[in-house]
Amino acid sequence: MTGLIIDRENCIGCGLCCKSCAVGALTLQNRKAVLGEGCTLCGICLQSCPKNALSIVKEDKAVFDLEDYKDIWVVCERNEQGELLPVSFELLGKAAELAKIRGCRLGAVLAGNADTESQAKQLIAAGADLVYLCEDKMFAERLEPPFYRLICDLIKQYQPEVVLFGATDFGRSVAPRVAARRRTGLTADCTVLEIDPITGLLQQTRPAFGGNLLATIICPNHRPQMATVRPGILAMPVLDFNRSGEVIACSVPQGLVQTLHLLQTEPAAVSTSIAEAEIIVVAGRGIGNAKNMKLIYELAELLGAAVGVSRPLVDAGWAEYRHQVGQTGFTVAPKLMLSFGVSGAIQHLAGISRSERIIAVNNDPQAPIFEISHYGLIADCVEVLKELIVALKNES
Amino acid sequence: MKIVVCIKQVPSSNEVRLDPVTKTILRDGNQSVINPFDTYALEQAIELKEQLGGEVSVISMGIPATERLLRDAMSRGADRAVLLSDRAFAGADTLATSYALSLGIRQLGDFDLILCGRMAIDGDTAQIGPELAEHLAIPHLTNVEKIIDITQQEMTVRRNIDGQRQLLQVKLPALLTIAKDINQPRMPSISGVEFGEVAPFQSLNAAALQADVSRCGLNGSPTQVVRTSVPLRDNACAFFEGSLAEQVQALAAQIKEELK
Repeated sequence: MTGLIIDRENCIGCGLCCKSCAVGALTLQNRKAVLGEGCTLCGICLQSCPKNALSIVKEDKAVFDLEDYKDIWVVCERNEQGELLPVSFELLGKAAELAKIRGCRLGAVLAGNADTESQAKQLIAAGADLVYLCEDKMFAERLEPPFYRLICDLIKQYQPEVVLFGATDFGRSVAPRVAARRRTGLTADCTVLEIDPITGLLQQTRPAFGGNLLATIICPNHRPQMATVRPGILAMPVLDFNRSGEVIACSVPQGLVQTLHLLQTEPAAVSTSIAEAEIIVVAGRGIGNAKNMKLIYELAELLGAAVGVSRPLVDAGWAEYRHQVGQTGFTVAPKLMLSFGVSGAIQHLAGISRSERIIAVNNDPQAPIFEISHYGLIADCVEVLKELIVALKNES
Repeated sequence: MKIVVCIKQVPSSNEVRLDPVTKTILRDGNQSVINPFDTYALEQAIELKEQLGGEVSVISMGIPATERLLRDAMSRGADRAVLLSDRAFAGADTLATSYALSLGIRQLGDFDLILCGRMAIDGDTAQIGPELAEHLAIPHLTNVEKIIDITQQEMTVRRNIDGQRQLLQVKLPALLTIAKDINQPRMPSISGVEFGEVAPFQSLNAAALQADVSRCGLNGSPTQVVRTSVPLRDNACAFFEGSLAEQVQALAAQIKEELK
């Protein structure tokens, strides 16, 4: 882009530049300076701004060179206690495979307020060749702005070809901010990532169109190529502490205006996490009506199981969101899953694929749920539920 | 308090039609509904207006038929509506969509607060909110469960982020994405329906927005769908056999086996 650039984040809307402009090309809208018609690039406004928010940019290349972008990055994430999240390791495991195919290096971005050096060693053990490390108290809280500003700075400086994020709530809040700022593409919730060894084109596959189809998405002319991946979808890599890697100390983002202020953090009141349950009884639309949910709860109680539901039940108000199993709900990995009346949309299957054993009941032999199940029973699931509860009670 | 609510029209069912060439979803406006997540954002906006006074604008990017949904939003309490509609917007990914929305919102004039649904049920990306906030250079918070306090300068909210509840102050103007089920979206009143029919509605095209068309629609979208496929799985599922009673017995035995 050539022309007058207004850094809207630094602009405080004072209006001094508008007054300075000879041709009236600058106006204030929504408390920010906006460039209209007629700018002659005279540069007088640059001096008027107390925040240095204005600059005139000249660029030689009309189209940037994709060749300038190298390496695959994983943006790592820490929880409130400052511990690395498992999804960061899962991503590194997958990204190490991609980097090997592409013949490039694997970079890990890590920002935190303490303990980052020992964590950098773990990231290297998980496959990182480079760790871009930034330790500062500004990263103590899980508030997005310093993180996305840092990631944008690093992308600008080091120009990675691919940047991957965990699709945690935090990652899904930070990544789009980075994508919009760098004006590149971002694919949410990928389940499969593949890379072309020659072109470096990342093929990002995700469920789409109501979960009936998988869509493979590319980002051919913008860099970096960015994607988020849900926790629990990719396999955990084996850590190898004999690996060596380089740690690059990075400087903190400058000129950050504090717009968010954290007053208090507490664990969410409801924490019956189906994500960690060893046995889960899952209900789908096939249970027919909300009343039959009590059969599900009864069976779950008999087995000491958690209760999950497919998304239509949450949409219909038969169960709360915290019970939703699947890609837009919770990804689960129980030892045993009993599934009643779930047909098996792709998002649901993506969320349960790491279950050790799945037993499904559905009256439709063609239901996709059976494609991922180990045992199946083709029958009306409500009838089966009633008889199964009786059978289990008789035995105990 | 000037509030803008972003609304997306989504298909009412999961049945999809794809354009065979571009592989993008065909939207013909039939049987479209307001994205259910957006209804909570709209309700929140109307409640804030009732509490503090001000104005609620609804904005959407979509085909001309989206007007019906925007009028529906006005029948529920929004004051005015803007539809961004142009062939140049067709095929937009989240970057191009959020760019167009940012232009539309600027066109509306000063604002204090932008509310979005947490995500759309057809795309599931949850990216429009944060990307739009970036285009507008304002702070954003996702998955806000409760607005605790609000003044002209800042607001105190609670959000749920990865199982933690954060109590936060955010400076205005800001963008929030609203969690599901935090309120009970109201039905239109009779006078509301009458208002919705005559309420101020504006349709803006790319030229009216002075949009850079290279940043709009398919041309302005960095991402593109290269193929769609039906997933293949090769897992062998063993089916129980016999009468229902026999099958249930076998199922109970298998469950006991698994739990050993």
